[in-house]
Amino acid sequence: MARGPSAAPVDRFPASPSRSVFPYVFGAVLLASVVFSLREAQVDPRRFVEGEALANVARFVRGAFPPKLSRDFLGLMARPALETIQISVMGTAIAVLIGLPLGLLATSSLTWRGILHERTSRSGRWTLGFVPYALSRATLSVLRSIPEYVWAFMFVRAVGLGPFPGVLAIGVAYGGMLGKVYSEILETMSPRPLETLHAAGAGKPGVILYGLVPQALPNVVAYTLYRWECAIRASAILGFVGAGGLGQQIELSMRMFQFDEVLTLLAILFALVAGVDWISGRIRARLA
Amino acid sequence: MARPAPARPARAFPLWAGAGFAALLVWSWHGTGVDPAALFGPEGLGQIAAYVRKLFPPDLSAHALRDAASGAVETFAISLIGSLLSVGIAAPLSLLATRTLLYRGILFEGRPPGPGARARRVALYAAGKATLRVLRTIPEIVWALIFVFMVGLGPFPGVLALGFHTGGVLGKLFGEVLEDVDPAPLEALQATGATRFQVLVYGVLPQALPQFVSYTLYRWEVNIRAAAMMGFVGAGGLGQRIHVAISLFHEHQLLTLILAIYLIVTLVDALSAYLRARLV
Repeated sequence: MARGPSAAPVDRFPASPSRSVFPYVFGAVLLASVVFSLREAQVDPRRFVEGEALANVARFVRGAFPPKLSRDFLGLMARPALETIQISVMGTAIAVLIGLPLGLLATSSLTWRGILHERTSRSGRWTLGFVPYALSRATLSVLRSIPEYVWAFMFVRAVGLGPFPGVLAIGVAYGGMLGKVYSEILETMSPRPLETLHAAGAGKPGVILYGLVPQALPNVVAYTLYRWECAIRASAILGFVGAGGLGQQIELSMRMFQFDEVLTLLAILFALVAGVDWISGRIRARLA
Repeated sequence: MARPAPARPARAFPLWAGAGFAALLVWSWHGTGVDPAALFGPEGLGQIAAYVRKLFPPDLSAHALRDAASGAVETFAISLIGSLLSVGIAAPLSLLATRTLLYRGILFEGRPPGPGARARRVALYAAGKATLRVLRTIPEIVWALIFVFMVGLGPFPGVLALGFHTGGVLGKLFGEVLEDVDPAPLEALQATGATRFQVLVYGVLPQALPQFVSYTLYRWEVNIRAAAMMGFVGAGGLGQRIHVAISLFHEHQLLTLILAIYLIVTLVDALSAYLRARLV
């Protein structure tokens, strides 16, 4: 933010030292990490022009055009394309099943703090409120911090190859993200309707159902739809570890240097993503 | 948004929408072969339990820890440079993807571009939008495959892959921010006789910058997870080591690497949240 001389309230709040040092520390640390990371990531633009890089680019582009549009190939790819949609839908549904209960438990205003718990004893709040709250927060953090594909790998081990492990992987990883965001949405809701309901003598379920749910629902649905858009991309990726869908076909074609097939597959993915974006955008526009 | 909840108990969606949604679920359930029995039946649970038992304990030998640490550092580096590269790609392209900077809105009130110039600018906008859409529709991992093919194995193609995909995502978001800025300061600048470029630099960008930083930090959180995956197609980082550990059935080492992912992802999330609070 621009800090003009007139903007700083000098007299009342002597600029705290940490505040004034921060930009320099931040800049120095950022610069150091960038220099270090450039070396660590072996960034070297020369690799584009030396050796066979340019020839490879040419080979890729020449191979990709024209895209393969034979009837046989498109017919074969219809199933993986539909499978990608199915994985994303089912994965998101499971993510909601996991994220919603954990997210509710991970909301402090529902479990142990604030208006709903004024009459609960301290020990009751601790055992019935804070302990489940902390446990569900920790669970959500583990679920979302392990990337989808690692989950997919483990589920492939557990239930075998195919789309099902992909569904489970998206469900578990996105469940962790949905749960966290649901709890954030619920925490930021206005407490006034809750207080009113509470004062009118409503019990806890009533307060939640009539005070919280109507406020939170549009945001919750919008975020879930956004995650569905992400899931369609993720489900295309999970094919790379043997969990079905388009990704598997993209990897196969890439490994066989069939770049015309790759281009067709990318175009299909493009269409799927655009379609899902459009549907989800329409629904969100209606909700807002 | 926090609205004071007028009686609007989840405005019932039309019946057909509900029916369509149910049909979509059933269709997906069948298509993906969802099989709770396989997962929760004695056999599935037994298999999962056996696998989890095999993972424990994590391999904490000096060699495994060194390997995990160097993988984590490499992943961090890929995510950081990839995110910066994506800003470098997104920032110029987002200017093209902003209608209010190209041909309409208050910058062009009173002095609209001529019909020929306007057509050119609309075409420029369409091209910018299309480029961004292509960049972001191709998933990181496919970009990684392409770049591995072009420049060879190692973390560098991972950086490029993150930069290109995220560049497309951020370019779209940046463009939306630029279109949504408060017009009042722009009008004030214009009234003092500022040129379009001056309005952009002193009116639009200062308003947009905090949002840019916030979105970039958010994408960094996404990218650290993606960077941990790149290795599966030979683009370095923890993913490569995980791939090896899985292929060679080094389960204890695998758990060490998963713990490393958890740590580095949690660290970046915390760092990003701290910086967002500090900078924005």
